[in-house]
Amino acid sequence: MRKRINNRAWLMVLPVLFLVAMSAVIPLMTVVNYSVQDIFDDNNRVYVGLEWFIQIIRDPELHAALWRQILFSANVLAIEIPLGILIAKAMPRRGSVATGLLIFFAIPLLIPWNVVGTIWQIFARPDIGMAGMSLTSLGLDYNYTANPVDAWFTLVAMDVWHWTSLVVLLVFSGLRAIPEAYYEAAQIDGANRWQMFRHIELPRLKTVLGIAVLLRLMDSLMIYTEPFVLTGGGPGNSTTFLSQYLTRMAVGQFDLGPAAAFSLVYFIMILTLCWLFYSLISPAEEQTER
Amino acid sequence: MAHVSLNNISHAYNANTDSETQVLTDISLDIPHGSAHALLGASGTGKTTLLKIISGLLIPTEGDLLVDGRRVNTDSPRERNIAQVFQFPVLYEHISVFENLAFPLRNRKVPLTEIHTRVKQTAELLEIDNLLSGKTTGLSIFDKQKVSLGRALVRNDVSAILLDEPLTAVEPSAKWRLRQKLKELQQELSLTMIYVTHDQLEAMTFAEQISVMHEGRIIQTASPRELVEKPQHEHVGFFIGMPGMNFLPTDSTACLSPPKGATKAGFRPDQAFVSTKQGHNSLQVAVIDQQALSTHLGESWGLLTCKYQDIEIRTRQHLNLNVGSTAWLHIDNPHFFRNGWRMTGQAEVTQGNA
Repeated sequence: MRKRINNRAWLMVLPVLFLVAMSAVIPLMTVVNYSVQDIFDDNNRVYVGLEWFIQIIRDPELHAALWRQILFSANVLAIEIPLGILIAKAMPRRGSVATGLLIFFAIPLLIPWNVVGTIWQIFARPDIGMAGMSLTSLGLDYNYTANPVDAWFTLVAMDVWHWTSLVVLLVFSGLRAIPEAYYEAAQIDGANRWQMFRHIELPRLKTVLGIAVLLRLMDSLMIYTEPFVLTGGGPGNSTTFLSQYLTRMAVGQFDLGPAAAFSLVYFIMILTLCWLFYSLISPAEEQTER
Repeated sequence: MAHVSLNNISHAYNANTDSETQVLTDISLDIPHGSAHALLGASGTGKTTLLKIISGLLIPTEGDLLVDGRRVNTDSPRERNIAQVFQFPVLYEHISVFENLAFPLRNRKVPLTEIHTRVKQTAELLEIDNLLSGKTTGLSIFDKQKVSLGRALVRNDVSAILLDEPLTAVEPSAKWRLRQKLKELQQELSLTMIYVTHDQLEAMTFAEQISVMHEGRIIQTASPRELVEKPQHEHVGFFIGMPGMNFLPTDSTACLSPPKGATKAGFRPDQAFVSTKQGHNSLQVAVIDQQALSTHLGESWGLLTCKYQDIEIRTRQHLNLNVGSTAWLHIDNPHFFRNGWRMTGQAEVTQGNA
């Protein structure tokens, strides 16, 4: 059988192609373009191949920022995920109290990120901030603008305050979806609270927890606004993460070539991580239909 | 296995508050060791609540629950040694079938070697020994339900096995096989089984004794045969049998000579027939439908629907009348009911006359 091929169908795809081109392909290609050239001015540009890539991969400051980034993400994940589960489990399953708590927990998620930074910048100030003053009045030598450990502590606390709610909301919805009969069966089988968590809740929360970890991992790897407002990357470079280092390179020092190479590496790194993680959790998704 | 007794058990949700709802009223039951007992009733009659009380998931607001004479009202499900199979298979999906069966034993700190032998035995009994190493996710509902039954059977100290509509979710073609298996195991191992269902056929084929529940009460506990022949309550008559009992108010059927105080006469479809001949105590009816179910010696047999005044009546008989014609309904020894309950003394007398 011969089918008449109607090429006009391609016209239907044009709007989408246009949108994708404008939003993703063209900006990305611009960056690729920058990353392989050394640009002096409009008429003076030299093709440099992979030179910028080699330079940034060997950059010790970037290595330091990367390690800080990994440490930060590991820290916030290690706190936010278990804390979120604990809070969600402690909440009543239904009723007006549960609704009230859900609204309460959603508040930090609704605050613009730079406002979160500003809130904590003031909240943690040792001279006028409530948290900072409380800590100093306890006799602690606390100053997040001067001491790197204090700066880290404040940043992690801020991120936990900002994002644990997301984990709580996700886990709460996951817990609600578990039929009552599972708990009843486990009770009859003689399971204790820990075993119920281990054998009923945890397996059935797998998908939801996977999504929570994925979202928090992506976001924490790209964190920019809050530390920019709170510490500005300091004291010294102690809270300079990848995105801040990138911004400083691109906008501050106007090193467009290395910054473009850096952006691409950064982008591919997060993409790979998320893809790896996604493929890890997606087979679990198929199993939990009933 | 054990003897389970319920003494005057009542239960209300949200007891002693404004939203108190009474769901069970004055339930008394005696389920001897090794018997198959069914709780039969429409949905919302409190069957599942009663099961939860027996398994220990709920503590009754009133009354006593005795297992082998020991009061267990406040014992936790774990202390009670009662197993339950749910409407849909409840399995631990992340572990193998073997681990699913071993789960109740591990929780009770049974030694490893014993766990192995008991799981193997149970799996052989249920014919799932070839599935032991696999996960539960790919199994059919029939096999899944067998695994959940296995979690009950694997505990050899279990006092009773409660089954909450265990066939509901099972594929229609496998329902019969699972029911057979249940009955077989119950008899072979002389298990005490309490089976909740809304399906009279399931209850009648499974249980020696059936308790019919209605609005939170047990209105009759009897053998399947007794439920058909001597329904204690109008509702039992109506609920049991396919189709159920016909009822006529006694004030319009004086010819049946109802005893004093009777409000309704009830008779099963096979206790009456419609013919063109007017008999001694017959009622004039209009034939409105005939539904053939079988043939016997060249004649159609089945269900005949007729109307007496405004009441539809069904009889099981041979279908030789024309739809739309007028005929006569002959009733053979009806039961009489007063305020819902059957009047016993009188019924025995009429049966003697027949």
